[in-house]
Amino acid sequence: MIPQHRRAFATGAREALGVPAAVLGAGFLGYGSLAADAGYPVWLTLAATVAIWALPGQLVLMEMQAGGAAAVATVLAVSLSAARFFPMTLTLMPLMRDGSSPRRLWQFLLAAQLVSMTTWAVAMRRFNEPDLKDLESRWHYFLGFSAVCIGSAALFAVIGQLLLGALPPLARFGLALLTPLYFFVTLVGEAQSRASITALVCGAAVALLLHAVAPGWSLLGAGFIGGTAAFMLQRVHARRH
Amino acid sequence: MPGATEIGLMVLACGLATYLWRGLGVLLSGRLNPQSAMFEWVSCVAYALVAGLIARIIVAPSGLLAQTALMDRLLACAVAFIAYRLARRNMFVGLVCGVAFFMVAGYVRSAIV
Repeated sequence: MIPQHRRAFATGAREALGVPAAVLGAGFLGYGSLAADAGYPVWLTLAATVAIWALPGQLVLMEMQAGGAAAVATVLAVSLSAARFFPMTLTLMPLMRDGSSPRRLWQFLLAAQLVSMTTWAVAMRRFNEPDLKDLESRWHYFLGFSAVCIGSAALFAVIGQLLLGALPPLARFGLALLTPLYFFVTLVGEAQSRASITALVCGAAVALLLHAVAPGWSLLGAGFIGGTAAFMLQRVHARRH
Repeated sequence: MPGATEIGLMVLACGLATYLWRGLGVLLSGRLNPQSAMFEWVSCVAYALVAGLIARIIVAPSGLLAQTALMDRLLACAVAFIAYRLARRNMFVGLVCGVAFFMVAGYVRSAIV
């Protein structure tokens, strides 16, 4: 690595080491405790974190397995919960790659695994700033930032997993509620557009209704029915105004 | 709980199913418009699915949380969100307040019964 790139990598790592790593850590601390409760061995918690690297998908997998859902439904639901990675990667990659880039396609395909809500949001904002104007600096910044994020997530997941058994019951309940709370606050806090608010309400309503009848399919149903309803309501609304 | 091999394979399958979207994004970047209606729909579906997941965990949880009171879980969500907003969107303040409220509520409940 030439010094300029090493600097970009270090900048990325340093910037991840504050709020991003800590917020992710809180989510994964709770995930680890839920994994312990679900009977996961530590290696499985780590494998899921690295292989899926999307907390919603990891939770969907855990929830649906605990409920004894069909394998096909589970994989489909996990995949759909991550569908937003498609437009995210689509918009991120051109910022690190153009005709002049010395890097090969396979390197970008590998780096795509690092894309997450946090790494994407920070990269999209930071890549506009003057110190990250060239493609190679951005590439190294992204790797540094992502490495710290995954490291923090894995570390806190293991801590959460080991901590659960050591805590008194009351604290155990608190730890188990951490990740659901984290998502509740994130989802409700970020729902700004009419489409996302409608999707939240429709998804929650469909999931709870279907849970009573067909629990193994309630999350897929929430996605397809709730999501499509929200999408269509948004279209109708947009046409009227 | 199914066997370790089976769960390991499921994790792998779910990892690949998640990666699919990331990989497609690399292969098709520059060729698709991220503002198109298809992506709007995809985003709605993913959002609704995750909302459904959280609603289900909070209202009808399995495991440890199933031993706690529904009202406490709902109130903890409200407390966490209000604290988050009052603290100018600080996630830690929200989480700490929500979890603290939940534990106090659980303690009071067990002390009364």
